[in-house]
Amino acid sequence: MGLDIRTPIGLMFGIFGVLLTGYGLATNGSDVYQRSLGHNVNLEWGAVLLVFGGVMLWLARRARSGGAR
Amino acid sequence: MHDSIQLGGIDYLILGVYFVFVLGIGWTLRRHAKTSEDFFLSGRSIPAWIAGLAFLSANLGAQEMIGMAASGAKYGIATSHFYWVGAIPAMVFVGVFMMPFYYGSRARSVPEYLKLRFDEKTRGFNAISFATMTVFSSGISMYALAKLLELLLGWDFHLSLWISAVIVLAYIYLGGLTSAIYNEVLQFFLIVLGFAPLVYLGLSDVGGWDGLVAKLDRVASARGYAPGAWTESWASMGSASANPMGVEWFGMAMGLGFVLSFGYWCTDFLVVQRAMAANSMAAARRTPLIAAVPKMLFPFLIIVPGMIAIALTEAGGSFSLPKMADGSWDYTMVIPRMLAQYFPPGILGLGLTALMASFMSGMAGNVTAFNTVWTYDIYQSYIKKDASDAHLLSVGRMTTVFGVLASVGTAYLATQFNNIMDFLQLVFAFVNAPLFATFLLGMFWRRATGHGAFFGLVLGTMAAALHHGLTLPASARVGIKGGWLVSPPLHAYTSEMAQNFWTAIWAWTVCFVATIAISHLTVQRKSDAELTGLVYSLTPRPPREALAWWKTPEGLGALVLALAVALNVIFW
Repeated sequence: MGLDIRTPIGLMFGIFGVLLTGYGLATNGSDVYQRSLGHNVNLEWGAVLLVFGGVMLWLARRARSGGAR
Repeated sequence: MHDSIQLGGIDYLILGVYFVFVLGIGWTLRRHAKTSEDFFLSGRSIPAWIAGLAFLSANLGAQEMIGMAASGAKYGIATSHFYWVGAIPAMVFVGVFMMPFYYGSRARSVPEYLKLRFDEKTRGFNAISFATMTVFSSGISMYALAKLLELLLGWDFHLSLWISAVIVLAYIYLGGLTSAIYNEVLQFFLIVLGFAPLVYLGLSDVGGWDGLVAKLDRVASARGYAPGAWTESWASMGSASANPMGVEWFGMAMGLGFVLSFGYWCTDFLVVQRAMAANSMAAARRTPLIAAVPKMLFPFLIIVPGMIAIALTEAGGSFSLPKMADGSWDYTMVIPRMLAQYFPPGILGLGLTALMASFMSGMAGNVTAFNTVWTYDIYQSYIKKDASDAHLLSVGRMTTVFGVLASVGTAYLATQFNNIMDFLQLVFAFVNAPLFATFLLGMFWRRATGHGAFFGLVLGTMAAALHHGLTLPASARVGIKGGWLVSPPLHAYTSEMAQNFWTAIWAWTVCFVATIAISHLTVQRKSDAELTGLVYSLTPRPPREALAWWKTPEGLGALVLALAVALNVIFW
């Protein structure tokens, strides 16, 4: 197909993860997190997105090396 | 709006990254659309899981998100009937029983199946009404999105309308259906991962599931219903006046669960196209079954926020839905208000991007279905019969541009004439209501003739209009809501929803009976050889594949149904 859709998905969520965790770290302890009931939701959910993006990239990579074999 | 949302740089950055990726996918795939089948059907090369997620995502437009969340607030968990009753059984049916004919006949569209099975006029009727409908519905959802963004973010209406239209246009123009499908998969994950934390935060705030039930019991009692009316899906369906939907169980099961649901999931080319693009018969049959699994979990993502919103609003805490001019709650603001309430900058950008993504997936679904039906079923059939494939490909690209422009035009029309839009949606509802009877008879009764199908459809559509004109929902005014034929109306329904369901039941029944009767009176012009692959009794069973039972369409379908039954029982 020329493009494994898991690659762009993994990349995009990876970038979102980096952006959100980075922003979450920079704003840790800020008043804005009263909105999210005291959770630093950027840091926490950013970490989830990083993991999701990583898994997608890993799956794409595994399929690529499997296809070459 | 007193509480419009202020977006920060980080939020715009996330939205920008998303735009780069959807356009990037289109750009990467630009060389893959070499033939018209590549452009319109992805060269029938899509793996089952991708087709399955796209099947679901194309149906998950912004209007679905906003509307189902609103219904969650208005009617509670009973809204899940639109999923567990009104979608899953039909998705299993189309995968297990109908896909062999759609995919096996090599028809390139649903109207083309009607041409092969019946005749030209049946195809024409379906193709023209479907093409018009897709343009209008994408225009209306575009209008709704731009209006919402204007209200919520203060964005310019025209700017958000054109930007979203141009992005969808660009990625479909470049990569055709493949690009739409790939983006739908991306959008699917974005919608799930963008809204999941919202549900979590809302549920924590309301005091968990138990807190939600307790608060909703008070909401129900305050409105004169039994305490469980918002949190039990079937318990108060015994009579139409006992639940906020105003529908009784039979109208629900037959109208929504059978006629409307099967009519949409089994015959609407917007979703069926995704399965037709699958890379094998087995993949095509699994497509709707794979889609059914996340579909049955969506109530927790979409309906539960609505339930939380009304529970918190009526409990009188810090969260409140806005009111409309007439003093009632503005239920359509559930998702936007919850985003503003619980999401700080950063994740707020993700939530808004998810809303944008749901809008784009729905619109791309409409545009790709429109360009295919227009090119194959209207252009190639009536305008230029001997068109070369290269010519069809360029017509497809031009049609994509035209379809998007027409949608934008419709969106502007909607700003001026909201009544016309309501009227058109009503007409489409009449045309769609009987459709499933035609397909059911076409696929499972070889004697059904072209005249039978066509006139059955016409009579079914007329029956829908007639029923609508003779009945009226309680406390509605005569006109677009019904009752325009006789005064006083013959029957008053408890709610508009009940009237819709019964309109569908009548339309289907009339079409079913009329198709059988007229088929008996007319000659079958199609020989058995012509009908092979199109009708159940004349099609050889596909060879049993050597797969684990749960990987076969039948096994997977049974599993999906069992899960849907379990959900109905748990939330009974």
